[in-house]
Amino acid sequence: MNWSEFFHMGGYAFFVWTSYAITFAVMLANIILPIVQRKKVIARIKRSIKREQIEQNREST
Amino acid sequence: MWHWIQRFSSPKHFYGMSAPLIKWFSVSALLLGVYGLYLGLFVAPTDYQQGESYRIIFIHVPAAWMSMFVYMVMAVSSGIGIIWQIRLADMVAAASAPIGASFAFVALVTGSLWGKPMWGAYWVWDARLTSELILLFLYLGYMALQSAIEDQRSADKASGLLAIVGVVNIPIIHYSVEWWNTLHQGATVTKFDKPSMHIDMLIPLLLMAVAFKLFYAALVLVRTRNEALYRDRNRRWVRELVERL
Repeated sequence: MNWSEFFHMGGYAFFVWTSYAITFAVMLANIILPIVQRKKVIARIKRSIKREQIEQNREST
Repeated sequence: MWHWIQRFSSPKHFYGMSAPLIKWFSVSALLLGVYGLYLGLFVAPTDYQQGESYRIIFIHVPAAWMSMFVYMVMAVSSGIGIIWQIRLADMVAAASAPIGASFAFVALVTGSLWGKPMWGAYWVWDARLTSELILLFLYLGYMALQSAIEDQRSADKASGLLAIVGVVNIPIIHYSVEWWNTLHQGATVTKFDKPSMHIDMLIPLLLMAVAFKLFYAALVLVRTRNEALYRDRNRRWVRELVERL
């Protein structure tokens, strides 16, 4: 079996490769989204820590 | 015993323990997935009826299995969260929903792309397809309830009840091909007698199923950690941890 035959998928190339491409894209999104979410959550917590520190300093002065 | 469960289900303990697991699950998922795809796309023989189009099976069936498996994880941990008030269980349920929804979506889309050349239509209102679509809507409903209710405990209770009631759909999906006349082909693997599938097709299929399961294991840990950080954002362990980052 050569490569062009492989990509041709016996005439079903569109259906097979679209299936694989969509699956791959969804899996990739599943990896990237929680990483982005984690960064956002950490940034948010850091911001509120900073805000509280500023408020504490203001109260003490 | 109770004390032991509480200690090990504390989000702080989970957070520390889960980090190395994520690495192992994702590495093994990748290795098994690549090997499974190699066997499925290059080694497995052509189907005598469906030609090469059947190769969609190696992602379609594992995704469909996972869509049901993840749903059961979500419903059971919602139940644990509601009955025993274990916060980690609620976090696992909430973390599972988007992953399960994406498996259901993949199962539906790849099934549709397989149905077109085999049945002549992208979609038919057939029992198997309709019940799988309902499964996707149950996931989306869970996620909508989670984000619509401000108070976290009420959100977990409401969405958890939806998840538990929706369990009734799982046997319907599984037996739909037997109970109703459907276009969808019957089970070829989960039969009590010998699977009616060539061994060179069966092995990559099972490899892919294990790879998908490991992938879910890694993803649910990552998302549960995010939930733990977010829900405990005002607690000391998160504050200390974030300051070190």
